Amino acid sequence: MRISSVFLLLLIAAVYVGCGGEKKAKTASQEAAALGITPFELENGIGPIKEKLKLEAIDNAKVKAGEKIFVEKCSSCHKLDEKYVGPAQRDVVKRRSPEYIVNMIMNPQEMITKHPEAKKMLAQYMTPMAFQNVTVEDAIKILDYFRSVAETKN
Amino acid sequence: MNGILTRGIFPVLLLIALAGCSGKKGVDTGDAAQKVYVAPGTYDEYYTFMSGGFSGQVSVYGIPSGRLLKVIPVFSQNPETGYGYTEETKAMFNTSYGFVPWDDAHHPSLSQTDGMADGRWLFINGNNTPRIARLDLKDFETAEIIEIPNSGGNHGSPFVTENSEYVVAATRFSVPIPNADVEIKSYAKNFKGTISFVKVNPQNGRMNVAFQILVPGFNYDLARSGKGPSHGWAFFTSYNSEQANSLLEINASKNDKDFIAAVNWKLAEEYVAKGMAKEMQANYVDNYIDESTRIAKTDKKSSVKVLDPKDCPGIIYYLPTPKSPHGVDVDPTGEYIAAGGKLATIIPVHSFTKIKKAIEDKAFESSIDGIPVLKYDAINAGEVKDCGLGPLHTEFDGEGYAYTSAFISSEVVKWKIGTWEVVDRIPVYYSIGHLLVMGGDTKKPFGKYLIALNKITKDRYLPTGPSLTQSAQLIDISGDKMKLLLDFPTIGEPHYAQGIKADILTKDFMKIYKIEENKNPYMVKSEKDSKVVREGSTVHVYMTASRSHFSPDNIEGIKVGDKVYFHVTNLEQDWDVPHGFAVKGNNNAELLIMPGETRSIIWEPKSAGVYPFYCTDFCSALHQEMSGYIRVSDINSKTALSYGTGK
Repeated sequence: MRISSVFLLLLIAAVYVGCGGEKKAKTASQEAAALGITPFELENGIGPIKEKLKLEAIDNAKVKAGEKIFVEKCSSCHKLDEKYVGPAQRDVVKRRSPEYIVNMIMNPQEMITKHPEAKKMLAQYMTPMAFQNVTVEDAIKILDYFRSVAETKN
Repeated sequence: MNGILTRGIFPVLLLIALAGCSGKKGVDTGDAAQKVYVAPGTYDEYYTFMSGGFSGQVSVYGIPSGRLLKVIPVFSQNPETGYGYTEETKAMFNTSYGFVPWDDAHHPSLSQTDGMADGRWLFINGNNTPRIARLDLKDFETAEIIEIPNSGGNHGSPFVTENSEYVVAATRFSVPIPNADVEIKSYAKNFKGTISFVKVNPQNGRMNVAFQILVPGFNYDLARSGKGPSHGWAFFTSYNSEQANSLLEINASKNDKDFIAAVNWKLAEEYVAKGMAKEMQANYVDNYIDESTRIAKTDKKSSVKVLDPKDCPGIIYYLPTPKSPHGVDVDPTGEYIAAGGKLATIIPVHSFTKIKKAIEDKAFESSIDGIPVLKYDAINAGEVKDCGLGPLHTEFDGEGYAYTSAFISSEVVKWKIGTWEVVDRIPVYYSIGHLLVMGGDTKKPFGKYLIALNKITKDRYLPTGPSLTQSAQLIDISGDKMKLLLDFPTIGEPHYAQGIKADILTKDFMKIYKIEENKNPYMVKSEKDSKVVREGSTVHVYMTASRSHFSPDNIEGIKVGDKVYFHVTNLEQDWDVPHGFAVKGNNNAELLIMPGETRSIIWEPKSAGVYPFYCTDFCSALHQEMSGYIRVSDINSKTALSYGTGK
């Protein structure tokens, strides 16, 4: 009886350690596979952007265009420096990869159902991010605007 | 004893019990449930557009499930969406009689190209105050309502021509034309009918009354346009050739035959081009949604071209048809014209080839007001006997069979074109009016399903007091024998309906209104631009809506006696995210604003106080929070105009 109890405890401990160890050793690719997405998608979001963007130097005209689109299509939910319907956006380029930002703008519905980070944001803000009928070019202009405002923060 | 009970008597008892169950009202239809089951998350195979009858609207059903998908407001104001109440849609109800916020919608007709439904528009008639509406099938909204002048009731309408060149309109009630204060008893002398051809602009669908034909004062009932060889002709039934003006039930049922009017509209076009039409003064309107602003506008018309058959030989012939004919239907080949007679016991089928020959041979039995009446025997191709009592309407399956509804005997009768023999019949519950086969009025019907549109439901549904639902019944026509699959309730009274394969519509439909294309003068592009502007005692609130707040959501400085216009722009660009807007105590409807759209409603507060407003269409987890306050002060108060969000 006693022996069997000790054995059982050891067994439980072994299983526990085994599991924990596996968790620690889990690579990004395993994590992605478990979620049914690719490692690229885990890092850069799910959507039309499927490889790293070649970003050019910040262009003033594009920033202006991006700001106009942001004001018209995004600002009823997002402000730069305050939490509103959705999170503040000034530091978004520091939190997310450029590709992730564009994919989140272009494909929010799939992002909030499949991507672990986007799912976390939905759980926090409770209002789902909406697609606002913009093109990838528009989204990159919005990205340029975000890149520029991140630099101008005092 | 025991053995006998189990082996002998018990199964017999069971059989008797089962037979008792299955004998009731056509129940026990085998695999019917499987045939109408559309698994959750999957689409129906067909759209069916049903007239709402006295509801004035059009309802959209998925077939075979019989699921109601949408009710499209057409001829009746609809406070649920603000249709007919908003500043953008009020003008749709303008008529020469002023604002008419209701009508009786009977016959939907899908636009056609080469005799096939093309999925662009749906036309439907307003029977009471003669009108035709056009619905745009990109967004499933009413896009135009045109009034028909010189008509006493637009029943025989709209029944498109083969390429939607025209929709037609025939007056159910004859009236003095132009309308005049005369003795009703002077009917035979003073009352006339008209048959109108309404041109449809092939680019944008806009309608225009091209010409009317003045006809004897009968009751023109239903219509069909020709197709294939009979393209260029249209057929109209008439009853009351007795020209009774009272107790029509008896007095208009005396003649053994009334007439189908066969109209050669291509020839009529030539007479119009030659200047043979008389320009007649007539007041009517055309209301349409302006494509750029999406605001309803009214064009007032003051004249119409009218052809008199006396001056235009060859444009119209009467085909004698028994008895008090109702439906007139043209088969997929365009050769046969089948007529239903409310009091008939046969279905006469006329041949277009024989009609043309009879015209050539001048096989006329008489002439009425210059309109030749062709000899029945010269035009008739055959009669369907034993077709049920009171045959009304016929549709076709494209496999050589026709299906006729019989009102009095409550059944659908299937017969073979050419031999005219009845091959099958199925009871319906109860008193069927129209019926449809999927695509059954086109050159190539889809067949497969037939829908019976019934007038009486009696014991078919849970009772709901004296007023019971109207009803449709889905019938499988894919085999030799018709099989009843499903009963389902309908909106208002379904007169006619039309079915179309879903993929014709789903390949090109609208999910949102693009905000970039919103040219409403009161729209604002972003929350930053939302504002409140006072112009004397009129206040314009330029408001935005997005999940889940309005901007502005606090407004002060409104005064008792002000006319406040809320112009609400839904900034969302996401499918299926409308916002609603309602303000307490408004003597008006709510607004339902689709993504990218601006809708405006007027509010005239009558007493000082603070009034909440809120979003009525559940939009997010914080939908309940989507609200605001508007403060109303006495007329002499000094409260300054102010507004904002989150301040």
